[in-house]
Amino acid sequence: MFRLEARTSTPAWFNLALPLLAIGATLVLCSGLIALAGAGVIEAYGVMFSASLGDSYAITETLVRAAPMIFTGLAVAVAFRAKFWNIGAEGQLLAGAVASCAVGAIPMPGPLAMFLMAVAGAGAGAAVALIPATLRVKFKVDDVVSSLLLNSVIFYALMALIEGPWKDSFSGYPISPPIEESANFPVLLEGTRLHLGVLAALIAAPLIWFLIVRTTLGFRIRVTGENPEAARYGGIHVERVLISTALLSGALAGLAGVGEVGGVHFQVMSDISPGYGYSGIVVAMLARLNPLGVVPAAIFLAAVMTGAEAMSRATGVPAFLSEVIQGTALLAMLVALLFTAYRIRRVGAAR
Amino acid sequence: MPLSAPLIEMRGISKSFGAVKANEAVDLSVAPGEILGLLGENGAGKTTLMNVLFGAYAPDAGEILVQGKPVTINSSADALAAGIGMVHQHFHLAPRLSVLENLLIGISGRSGRIDRAGGLARLGEIGRQHGLTLDPDLPVSALSVGEQQRLEIVKALFRGARLLILDEPTAVLAPTEVDGLFAALRSMSAQGLGIIFISHKLNEVRALTHRCVVLRHGRVAGRVDAPASTTSSEMARLMCGHEIVPPARGPSTPGAAVLTLEGISTSGHAGTPLRDVSLFVRAGEILGIAGVSGNGQRALADVISGVRAADAGQMTIAGKMVSRFSPREVQALGLGRIPEDRMTTGLVTNLPLADSMVLPRIGTGAFSRNGLLKPDAIRAFAEAQIKAYDIRCPGPMTRAGALSGGNLQKALLARELAFDPKVLIVSQPTRGLDIGAARFIHEKFLDMRTKGCGIIVIGEDLEELLMLSDRIAVMYEGRIAGTLASADATVARLGLMMTGAEGTA
Ligand SMILES: Nc1ncnc2c1ncn2[C@@H]1O[C@H](COP(=O)(O)OP(=O)(O)O)[C@@H](O)[C@H]1O
Ligand SMILES: [Mg+2]
Repeated sequence: MFRLEARTSTPAWFNLALPLLAIGATLVLCSGLIALAGAGVIEAYGVMFSASLGDSYAITETLVRAAPMIFTGLAVAVAFRAKFWNIGAEGQLLAGAVASCAVGAIPMPGPLAMFLMAVAGAGAGAAVALIPATLRVKFKVDDVVSSLLLNSVIFYALMALIEGPWKDSFSGYPISPPIEESANFPVLLEGTRLHLGVLAALIAAPLIWFLIVRTTLGFRIRVTGENPEAARYGGIHVERVLISTALLSGALAGLAGVGEVGGVHFQVMSDISPGYGYSGIVVAMLARLNPLGVVPAAIFLAAVMTGAEAMSRATGVPAFLSEVIQGTALLAMLVALLFTAYRIRRVGAAR
Repeated sequence: MPLSAPLIEMRGISKSFGAVKANEAVDLSVAPGEILGLLGENGAGKTTLMNVLFGAYAPDAGEILVQGKPVTINSSADALAAGIGMVHQHFHLAPRLSVLENLLIGISGRSGRIDRAGGLARLGEIGRQHGLTLDPDLPVSALSVGEQQRLEIVKALFRGARLLILDEPTAVLAPTEVDGLFAALRSMSAQGLGIIFISHKLNEVRALTHRCVVLRHGRVAGRVDAPASTTSSEMARLMCGHEIVPPARGPSTPGAAVLTLEGISTSGHAGTPLRDVSLFVRAGEILGIAGVSGNGQRALADVISGVRAADAGQMTIAGKMVSRFSPREVQALGLGRIPEDRMTTGLVTNLPLADSMVLPRIGTGAFSRNGLLKPDAIRAFAEAQIKAYDIRCPGPMTRAGALSGGNLQKALLARELAFDPKVLIVSQPTRGLDIGAARFIHEKFLDMRTKGCGIIVIGEDLEELLMLSDRIAVMYEGRIAGTLASADATVARLGLMMTGAEGTA
């Protein structure tokens, strides 16, 4: 018989071991589904790997996909550190995309346009995140529910825009007019889609890490998240910290949308995000809310997404597997997190 | 009095956590109707031993016998089946459910249906028998700590416990509630129930128990067969391994007032509000605040700490008027605060100890500059305090929650005293601490007094207040019922004032 016993301390190597363990468990669990779909497990994972990380072009494609999830992962990690339960990164991303696209469509010098797109996108994301944060601080409204529901509100508002007043008159599809060509983010590597936004995401992660670990705001975010009462008694304005966290989190999610508009799609359409906001939750959890861990976690999920498409073409396993893998990875990680607080002990052995 | 064969017996129990030997070859038995005291300092292994008996830990060695038969207890369900019930230090109740629902959790009839009527009847019966009455329909969240404890006891009896383990039950109770608990325990013992009573308050053990086992460093340090006729100092020596002398409060000449409250009233919020409270503390003086808990002490501590604003009245710290009542403002004026509840309002248990130690002053130049933390300064500060106060922990990066209560209290003391407060407000400073740790805390307060700090001690332990204070104010229903010089104060007189019977301005 086995039993869980509470731990008094968590070894440091758990931070690395647990996500790897979770990913390993996920791949093992999902291999059953691949087999059920009638494909060879090794072959399928092989195709996934080579298509996502096998050569330098594949790697750049994976990074392009990882960029928005780095931003949304950071957004969620920051919010969850303060126990502001922002499930709304998806809506904040969409708001950021709309705002940056509107700004990018105005003719002006390229660098200025890109800067203003980022400002507008971050601002729009922050404004959206402010809603659930204010509702929670002022009226004790549950932030999980309000931030989640806002996603639908924003999605359908976006649909209404691009099917109506904001529809590109030169296209038959419900898409917005494109941004100015001069506002397109520069490509970093000739012949790939690796754009400036990817670099920005990779730089953002250590910056956010620094903010959380080395600044007084980060300290207040951590303390507020772990024990708001002690924070309040210690002279921290808990409400102010929650609002600041929400603004920061929303801005980061908004930047995910900016990158997609400026570097990938150059306009807004209804499927501009295949759920990057929700994937951000998985990313943040896999990273154990550590901003530096967000980068490898986002790259892992991006590799799964690009790889799953190739696998589905090569082996006939439906590409939906990518979503199953994401969901399983989240569950596996949540289970793995249990081991930070508990250890498994065999009982009855002493007798 | 107990005569019959033991109800339960533990033989040669050993249990280690890594290198820590929490229990080593412990023998213990309880007879029906016997109240056994289990004594020992914090960390002596009392909780671990009882957790072994209750099935939470498997012992590394040793055996447990119930009514002479060896048994294996692997879970609390096994323990309950063997007739063992336990009231933990931290209660295991569902706060949103009612008293009755909490009783019925996990108990269902053969058909899987919940027997409400039967439960209600049993609840009433147990209540009448032992004076443990509870309103069955109240949600647990509306109960006082004492009532929650009562519910835990009833829960154990409800499940047919013949041996009841109580882990430091009095640590959370007011003196009047302790009397009620003791009456109930005596009534249960009279009906043949065995009881294991854990405490490190010697006078309680002497008043209640029939026999005592004293643990020190996981081993049995001694057994006391007649606690009532054994002196407290003898038992203290068994617990600590050496003599404990209470610190002496030398004479001191108080200086100017460092904290004054003039006509402070509060409203709203939880708890008893303050009504027209005026008091002062001078430099080099300790003012005790006595009173049955729930008479406004919480509001008083909150106002002085700047967590709650006063609706009326004025407060000064070191001669300066407090205008906004924020924790930062009062702290900047020279107030230090040691909260009543270390775990919830004092520390952040999931973060490194160092973080909790700098929490109230994180925005000051000592630990940050222009919004950037000074990690080296934070670490050095924590390390220095850990050394100066002999805080037992692996280092400043240890999770605060992993420290024992005494060490946490030292850490909180260190973080305030390091900044030489002009006024110090402390609530229940030694609640839950063992004799050695309490002694250390008392000495520090007296040191600070000599150094000219004005100290307010809010407490329920009258003997502690009498020992520490120069003057004692009594709170009753949100007012100061009277203030006595400690030379004029006795436990009896204070006790009377605490019930509102006597007022002396
Ligand atoms: N789950 C645990 N893991 C590691 N050490 C523990 C654990 N529980 C208790 N200890 C250690 O065992 C010793 C005895 O603790 P405990 O039984 O709680 O003492 P008491 O109840 O007498 O204060 C202490 O040194 C404590 O730190
Ligand atoms: Mg204990």
